[in-house]
Amino acid sequence: MNAHETTLLTIDRLSKNFSISSGLFSRPLTLHALQDISFSVKKGETLGIVGESGCGKSTLGRCILQLLPPDEGRVLWLGEDITKLPSEAMRQRRRDLQIIFQDPLASLNPRLTVGEIVADPLRTLMPELNGEERRKRVLKMMEAVGLLPEMINRYPHEFSGGQAQRIGIARALITEPKLIVCDEPVSALDVSIQAQILNLLADLKDQFGLTLIFISHNLSVVRHVSDRILVLYLGRIVELADGDDLYGDPKHPYTRALLTAVPIPDPKRARQRNIDGLVGEIPSPINPPSGCPFRTRCRHAIALCAEQRPLLEAVAGGRLVACHRWQELGLEGGV
Amino acid sequence: MANVLVVDDLDVTFALHQSEVKAVSDLNFTLHEGETLAVVGESGSGKSQAFLAIMGLLARNGHATGRAMLGDVNLIGMPPARLDSYRGREIAMIFQDPMTSLNPSLKVRTQLAEVLVRHQGFAEEKAQKATIEMLERVGMPEPVKRANAYPHELSGGMRQRVMIAMALLCRPKILIADEPTTALDVTVQAQMLDLFKTLTSDFGTALVMITHDLGVVAGLADRMMVMYGGRAVETGAVDQLFYDPRHPYTLGLLHSTPHVAVRAKRLDPIQGLPPSLEHLPSGCSFHPRCAFRFEKCFEERPPLDPTEGNREKACWYQGRLAYEEVA
Repeated sequence: MNAHETTLLTIDRLSKNFSISSGLFSRPLTLHALQDISFSVKKGETLGIVGESGCGKSTLGRCILQLLPPDEGRVLWLGEDITKLPSEAMRQRRRDLQIIFQDPLASLNPRLTVGEIVADPLRTLMPELNGEERRKRVLKMMEAVGLLPEMINRYPHEFSGGQAQRIGIARALITEPKLIVCDEPVSALDVSIQAQILNLLADLKDQFGLTLIFISHNLSVVRHVSDRILVLYLGRIVELADGDDLYGDPKHPYTRALLTAVPIPDPKRARQRNIDGLVGEIPSPINPPSGCPFRTRCRHAIALCAEQRPLLEAVAGGRLVACHRWQELGLEGGV
Repeated sequence: MANVLVVDDLDVTFALHQSEVKAVSDLNFTLHEGETLAVVGESGSGKSQAFLAIMGLLARNGHATGRAMLGDVNLIGMPPARLDSYRGREIAMIFQDPMTSLNPSLKVRTQLAEVLVRHQGFAEEKAQKATIEMLERVGMPEPVKRANAYPHELSGGMRQRVMIAMALLCRPKILIADEPTTALDVTVQAQMLDLFKTLTSDFGTALVMITHDLGVVAGLADRMMVMYGGRAVETGAVDQLFYDPRHPYTLGLLHSTPHVAVRAKRLDPIQGLPPSLEHLPSGCSFHPRCAFRFEKCFEERPPLDPTEGNREKACWYQGRLAYEEVA
């Protein structure tokens, strides 16, 4: 990463809570979905966001795009805080910021044709275009994502999951955005189709000069697409590093456990492998552990970990890690 | 090793409004005592329907023919009342989503104990005790407390443990697991895969692991069977198929799978889409997506033939299977 590269997006101390009803007469509980999240995204990079269910990764994607309003903190798009923008001004920014969802069929309106679905963002975000210009753009984009022109009048249910995801991608790209949040874009797809879509995203990224935020629970997929990777646990960043550094030399015990738990499609290596088995499951974000959120499952936890939350420290190589003991542990074992 | 299940000429057909589709065609395989067989394929490959048929759990419009021999009894076509004396006791099945198999209105202990009372004729008290023991055995944290919980009060991983406990209560010879870890987080998945390994070796249970995830296969299975378009296209030892695949579809799956330890520049996906079972291509049903096809593949379906090394493949192509050969 060169220093002169432009920062497109900066997330600054972002937090998001949800209030959960716990019964008619009790006080609602607070679920801390995201706490004190700060990072930035540079032009042209792919930032992977990984974590297990409930870590807040999808909420983060939605807060970045203002599909959910964050409770605290700022989201700076090209230096401008978009969390407080009036809706008309935000609408203008949406041309630049798009999203691709996990379940392709569920995210497409079944009553609209492919052409109407792909053109939809143009109607609201670029109303200056006339029908003919819209149609031209739609056809061009359908070609770019590998859909045939004759599919323009067909409906979503006529398509397989992989084809439907191509429609979703075309819709996201139609306004020529600068940044796309991909929220588990290949998780619902078969392996052979997943590879096609990952290659397509790589091609489109080059072709349109896109910047991607790639959210997934699948560490193999994230490794494949990402330049830098951010690891979330219970709504907090535990580690952020370049992909090769993170996978080759994880600093945080959670990152390491996560990496060694990924099944690898290589029987000999799989048999030799020492899985750093994590005990237990993720605690509830309604009542997260004191101190370090990971301490209840961490074999290296000491008294300090329960008392004090480790700060996110800058480590050599532009990495960040939040662990009291990362230095003394000198964790072995990337993948 | 002794055979525990021998499947011959299994066909599964579903009646639609005016037509029928064949979900499984001419499936033959043998499951040996204590082994783990992975059944790999994408959606529509027939991998789940084949085993639902063996368990007598097909949807009402489904019909199976052929044989699935458990010892000297054929499970296919057996009336449900008779099947019940084998299901659970000799052969058990667990699914991706435990909530579909657990009764939401009964406590965990009630559901588990019922299995023992019904199949093994245990007295209630003895059944309750065995239930807690089994929950402990499958690594349930605080087993007594969880036994008194309702399924919705448990996490996904715990529910899957309840399912495994339930399936193993009668010490079946065969456990069929249909994508049991797909919905789980990766750290919990690792715990479950570990549990499957321990339990199959402790109880000597033969495990059929139905999955689309080659990573799961690599870490767990002894042998694998790859299915495509309702048929087995390649079978053999896991190492044989991973390091020396002979069917182009197996090769394609391996090249489509991103590897956490290796960052490849690009994946080599299989071109095109999986076939619709209603309109299976002529000849070899994989030919429209195959990089190695030639004339014969369009016309004649290749049989699943044994090759050297105790493996089988259904493919006409005899050359070396490497993409550079056809590039």
